[in-house]
Amino acid sequence: MTTIASEYGNENNSVPIEHRFNPYSDNGGTVLGIAGEDFAILAGDTRIVSGYNIDSRYEPKVFDVGDNIVMTANGFAADGAALIDRFKSAFKWYKFDNNNKKLTIQSAARYIQHLLYGKRFFPFYVSTLIAGLDEEGKGAVYSYDPVGSYEREQCRAGGAAASLIMPFLDNQVNFKNQFEPGSDGRVKKPLRYLSLEEVLALVRDAFTSATERHIQVGDGLEVLIVTKDGIKKVYYPLKRD
Amino acid sequence: MFRNNYDNDSVTYSPTGRLFQVEYALEAIKQGSAAVGITSGSHVVLVALKRNAEELGSYQKKIIKVDDHMGIALAGLAPDARVLSNYLRKLAMNSKLVFNRPLLTSKAVLSIADKAQENTQLYGSRPYGVGLLVAGWDETGAHLYEFQPSGSVLEYNGAAIGARSQAARTYLERNLDAIRSCTEIEELVVHGLNALRDTLSQDMELTIQNTSVSFVGKDKDFTIHDNEDVQQWLDKLDSTSNDKNNANDDEDDDNDEPAEGTATAADSTQPELTQEGAAADDNMETD
Amino acid sequence: MNHDPFYWGRPSDETYGHYNHAIANAKSQIPTSHTQQPIITGTSVLALKFKNGVAIAADNMGSYGSLLRFNNIERLIRVGTETIVGISGDISDLQYIERLLHQLQTEEEVYDSDGGHNLRAPHVHEYLSRVMYNRRLKMDPLWNAIIVAGFSDDRTPFLRYVDLLGVTYGSLALATGFGAHLAVPLLRKLVPYDADYEKVSEEQARVAIADSLRVLYYRDARSSDKYTFAVLTFENDKINVDYKQDLKVENQSWRFAENLIGYGSKQQ
Repeated sequence: MTTIASEYGNENNSVPIEHRFNPYSDNGGTVLGIAGEDFAILAGDTRIVSGYNIDSRYEPKVFDVGDNIVMTANGFAADGAALIDRFKSAFKWYKFDNNNKKLTIQSAARYIQHLLYGKRFFPFYVSTLIAGLDEEGKGAVYSYDPVGSYEREQCRAGGAAASLIMPFLDNQVNFKNQFEPGSDGRVKKPLRYLSLEEVLALVRDAFTSATERHIQVGDGLEVLIVTKDGIKKVYYPLKRD
Repeated sequence: MFRNNYDNDSVTYSPTGRLFQVEYALEAIKQGSAAVGITSGSHVVLVALKRNAEELGSYQKKIIKVDDHMGIALAGLAPDARVLSNYLRKLAMNSKLVFNRPLLTSKAVLSIADKAQENTQLYGSRPYGVGLLVAGWDETGAHLYEFQPSGSVLEYNGAAIGARSQAARTYLERNLDAIRSCTEIEELVVHGLNALRDTLSQDMELTIQNTSVSFVGKDKDFTIHDNEDVQQWLDKLDSTSNDKNNANDDEDDDNDEPAEGTATAADSTQPELTQEGAAADDNMETD
Repeated sequence: MNHDPFYWGRPSDETYGHYNHAIANAKSQIPTSHTQQPIITGTSVLALKFKNGVAIAADNMGSYGSLLRFNNIERLIRVGTETIVGISGDISDLQYIERLLHQLQTEEEVYDSDGGHNLRAPHVHEYLSRVMYNRRLKMDPLWNAIIVAGFSDDRTPFLRYVDLLGVTYGSLALATGFGAHLAVPLLRKLVPYDADYEKVSEEQARVAIADSLRVLYYRDARSSDKYTFAVLTFENDKINVDYKQDLKVENQSWRFAENLIGYGSKQQ
């Protein structure tokens, strides 16, 4: 008499189970923040993609999150939206719990580090930027990696075309590799604050160029400008190909 | 002291069908200073009289914001109101987060009513000792609700809770038509403050320290005004003290018929109660 | 024959050996298994905004791999009085979502006894995107792509997408699955710019969706020609829902198929 051996009973060993489900996707797009002397801007294109599909041509991703702070989280769109939602509701409780105290940009910045690092082992797959004015009224931009490492900077590009835009910004905002005429490359061009007009021109150039060279960037450019008088939103069309 | 065999817990009815613990909770509301709410259909105004425990102390907050479209005024145990307002804030935020819409005023009050009702039926628990006026603006317009620890909520055009609030209700009843036809928030606030003033005892008057004003409605987020901000409305009152008060000194709050739907059967005599309006000595502090 | 009723209908020990009870008791040791792939699936959902409303359609087929398993699956769910939720992907997850949406409606009725409040499309979409994102967080996704069609609070047409990852976006023309490749270009041809959906008439929208469904039926092997079509319009301060089932893809012409070369054995 034969007995059919069952291997099923031995299945409960600790072989790691294979997950076919990939919880992340890349929704493209790119973002950019620049701080000026008394203003800061945060810009992002409005395209959202999956693979070679353009899913939407207008899906804003830079938001006014309150108290003159703007925020964006670019990369995996669901995580980006979730991060901003979390920040917004924490912001509300901060207001309730602290007698409506104004949230300073450095407090917001530190809090976002905790939001990101809190998911260190299942990260928000996004490059995050916030912009606003510091306590002296000077423009401030903070940038993050997906797990919460952050720093304050004069400018930062994030997302799909970050590597295209960032070197351009190094040169045009921080005057890297720029020298005084006639100094034979020995005297660096001195740093100075850019005006809002200069910054907007840089942003538009950065995005039209990124649109030319990166397939995930295009359709529209939305810029949020923070000054002491509040937040202004401007939109410029980009190429839709 | 009056002894009552049926008031040890909230799960035992008296032979006449009353729940004394719940009734005592309703009395706690009357220990607190007055709060008045009125609505014109497009806006709701909440005003309240703040008390300070002693001359050098600060005044207890009487109006709490729940969300941009909702707020409450309280009378009774302020800590209980904090718990309820915290719960409402959570509900409001959850509604925005999960459904992308502001919490409906009707849903808000029914939710705290459910919470309060549990305490009237659970052995070992104490009913909330606070009454609330809930003001909200949503897609069906402006709403004013009164919440009671018994778990009952009713919608009103004008309502007043707390010490000597019957005087305010009398004012509201007499001026209902004028209140309902108000088009400006300013007018509504003045009516609210007139009603609140009528609750004052003779040695008191409305001051910028003891008066809170708040409103919400069409194109108007819920806002609370205290201190100097209140002066603008006090200036519009013909008097900040209660002149009628001295003429007849009858406070008849005790004889109020209980609001419909409370766990009270309106028969037999009431147990003796602390004189309302007087500070509760050996009791918990109410506001 | 073992006459003990306990053994009736069970694999006989003589053939299969004693049952290993470790299997039944192994629950805590075998890893919990989550959805790793869809089983029975529904294909594309198509939707388009127009002047005063929104049109949405999905066919009635449920496929088991390449097998036509069901031809009576309803994938357009009505929520409240003015919202349609179109679901593609796993059908059992679809039915779970259907149940969630019905629960939502019941709760709405409980707390809104006075009436007047309405659970509208943006609210339904926000809710569904929370559900989808939270399941993704648990690595146990609902394997679907969903389109919510209806009206915003200001009564402008609302169209928004959410999928198993919790990714959401809105557009004037949306399609899930194969439709994202085949139908979206056809629908966008009608209205290249998002803001221009007001230039599209209801009739144009109906034709565009019907045409796209036909193209999909030609080319998507997992599609059927029996479908449900819902057209929501806002007119004279009233929302009208034209919900039609059991429609058939019209004007089919397979003449083009004769000239197709390059697939399978028929090489040039």
